[in-house]
Amino acid sequence: MIRIANAQGFWGDSLEAPLEQLRGGPIDYLTLDYLAEVTMSILQKQYARDPQAGYARDFPQMIERGAKEIVQRGVKVVANAGGVNPETCGEAVAAALARAGYQARMKIGVVTGDNILDRLDDLVARGIELRNMDTGEPLAAVRERVRSANAYLGAFPIAEALGRGAQIVVTGRCSDVALSLGPSIHEFGWKRDDWDRLAAGVVGGHVVECGAQATGGNCQVDWETMPDLAGIGYPILEAEADGRFAITKHPGTGGRVTVAGVTEQLVYEIGDPRAYITPDVVADFTTIQLKQAGPDRVQFWGIQGRPATHFYKVSISYAAGFKAAGTMTYGWPDAYKKAKMADQILRTRLERLELKFDAIHSEYVGANACHGELLSGEPSPDLAEVTLRVGVRGSDAAAIERFTREIAPLALNGPPVVTYPASGKPKVEEVVAYWPALIPKSEVTARVQVREA
Amino acid sequence: MSRIQLREIAHARSGDKGDCANIGLIALRPEDYPALVTQVTAERVKQHFRELCRGRVERFELPNLNALNFLLYEALDGGGTVSLRTDAQGKTLSAALLRMEIEI
Repeated sequence: MIRIANAQGFWGDSLEAPLEQLRGGPIDYLTLDYLAEVTMSILQKQYARDPQAGYARDFPQMIERGAKEIVQRGVKVVANAGGVNPETCGEAVAAALARAGYQARMKIGVVTGDNILDRLDDLVARGIELRNMDTGEPLAAVRERVRSANAYLGAFPIAEALGRGAQIVVTGRCSDVALSLGPSIHEFGWKRDDWDRLAAGVVGGHVVECGAQATGGNCQVDWETMPDLAGIGYPILEAEADGRFAITKHPGTGGRVTVAGVTEQLVYEIGDPRAYITPDVVADFTTIQLKQAGPDRVQFWGIQGRPATHFYKVSISYAAGFKAAGTMTYGWPDAYKKAKMADQILRTRLERLELKFDAIHSEYVGANACHGELLSGEPSPDLAEVTLRVGVRGSDAAAIERFTREIAPLALNGPPVVTYPASGKPKVEEVVAYWPALIPKSEVTARVQVREA
Repeated sequence: MSRIQLREIAHARSGDKGDCANIGLIALRPEDYPALVTQVTAERVKQHFRELCRGRVERFELPNLNALNFLLYEALDGGGTVSLRTDAQGKTLSAALLRMEIEI
């Protein structure tokens, strides 16, 4: 049995969780997931400005803080912190180890090959159209505006790096579940056609990939009595060679590992449950068996998988105009009515200015912003306050900029009992949109480098 | 027979893939799962979310987890980074589904 601890569900998750996973009890592997879709385009932008940037800088800092435990306890670390610059991230990790006094104490593995940004024109020229999986459009429609393009690699390159002695493995874009599946493949010698075991590894990886969402965080069942959420333990996957596994957490930590919470995570961001497609296997979530096997322990078995497809998924990001959103808060009485009137005034002024937007969207935070008017019902005139939030989107940056100047005047020239953020006018943001596509696996070659730290 | 909100017999979690939101709906007790299957149809969910979801709704069954999974297409105003909504990633749509009433 091996113990794989996840300590990062996205870039921006708890900075303390990795150290707590290292210190809270025995683990064999520590995995950290840093890459959301939006992250790749941000990192690509940073890399364009500075060829020494483009990776998750939190990761080397975390390695420096946790170096003692990593070295003394022999914990292996797998992270997709490499972003669009895994090699430099690997060098930063080596430097972090040196700063912590552990120079040349271990090998670092770096997985590359996912980044296909420089090859897009060549691919398209050879008939690989990278059509949008949702709309069917060929990439040519947005080619000039593409910011990043990465294939989701699988778990075998990670397993290879571990097999060649790497104690820390840094990847670029790979499937989120690969971070924990790679260690199981390495430790148990799972083969490329061990479909059921690989599927079990995928399901285990899916449960832990969002960190504390598997251990009581964001759980709707019994949330009011959830113990010590301030000290919530992050998930630990106890994997067996035959594919069975348990989900648990360190003793004494907060949160709860229950069938209810783990099941919420199982159905999180899935499509057809019979075909959860990953680069390594197609997992069938309708075969999952699980039960509570003690306090803070859920046992899994029976998971089946089918052969992987011949494609990698590609995530392409492209510039898609600009947006901004501004807020004004209206107080009791009739807060909603006042906010509604302010929205009408604002829209009339925008029309008179003849500003063109692709979309304008108004929300009433506190009344119905999340669920909409139909489901939320008529807002009470006694609501203590309602925040009007108006957003606009469009290709004309100047129009969006002009919009940001039209919010604050409402403080003096609109309905009464109003307050607004002291931070001033809203910021204009560039919109980065996503283009999901498929690429034949034969077009992408993962490369694994392993070197002394 | 009584009319109740789904929140009394089920829990849920929702998220995004591009402009598509997914909502996993789970029966709190296995004996209530058949009521979810017969009454919480894709058509009813589409009707329930007609203000927010411009596309179709697709439903999948996970009897092993006493769960249903719904895909709501064109439900996020263009998707996470494009959307102008507060809930651009559809995280609160899980609870919005639990407002639906069924007969039990």
